[in-house]
Amino acid sequence: MNHYETVFILTPVLSDVQMKEAVEKFEKVVTDNGGTIVNEENWGLRKLAYPIQKKSTGFYTLVEFDANPEVIKKLEIAYRRDERVLRFLTFRLDKYAAEYAVKRRTLRASKANAPKEVEVKEVVEEVKKED
Amino acid sequence: MAQQSEIRYLTPLSVDVKKKKYCRFKRSDIKYIDYKDPEFLKKFLNEQGKILPRRITGTSLKFQRRVAQAVKRARHLALLPYVTDLMK
Repeated sequence: MNHYETVFILTPVLSDVQMKEAVEKFEKVVTDNGGTIVNEENWGLRKLAYPIQKKSTGFYTLVEFDANPEVIKKLEIAYRRDERVLRFLTFRLDKYAAEYAVKRRTLRASKANAPKEVEVKEVVEEVKKED
Repeated sequence: MAQQSEIRYLTPLSVDVKKKKYCRFKRSDIKYIDYKDPEFLKKFLNEQGKILPRRITGTSLKFQRRVAQAVKRARHLALLPYVTDLMK
C-alpha cells in the first residue's frame, strides 16, 4: 500500500451536481479496487494559467488515498476515458510530502472550524450586552 | 618615512562585502516543496516563467531538484504558465 495524491481538473461547463457525481465516480474507482480515501479537497472554480481545450477555467479537486500501485493504472484509464477531465496528476507521496499533507490537512480543518468559533464568541458577547 | 609611503584617497575605499547566498530551505528547515502554492514558487522563476538557476537563488542542489519538480507539476496543472511575459 502506498500513499498517493491525485489532482484533476474538470470542465467548467458542469453543474454542481454533475461535478460531485464525477468526483464520486473517481473515488469509487479507488475504493472498489481496495483503496481507502484519506482526504478530499475541492478547490472550486479556478482560473487556468493557460487555456486547456480552449477553456480558461476549471474545477480543481484533490484526493488523497492509500492504495496498491495497480489502482493507479485503472484510475488513469478512467481519467483518460472521461471527457469531463481536462487534466490530471497522480503521484506517490514520499515521507516528507506525507508529513506536509498531514500538516496541511489539520491546518485546513482548523481554518474550517475557526469561523464557527468566532461566530459563537460574537453571539456570547451579544448575549452579555443584552444582559 | 613610513607616513610618506601611505597612500591617501579622497573618498574612503568601499570594500565590497558580498552577502553570502544561502539555501532558504535548509535555513528554514523546509523538507517538502508544495506545488500547490504558485505564489511561493514564483520566487524561483524569472519574468518569462523560467526556473532561475542555483547561482542566482542560492538554493542547494537537493532542493533545486525539488523546486524544479514542484514547478513542473504546477505547470502541468495550469497553476503556473509554461511561457509568459511580465509575470511579476
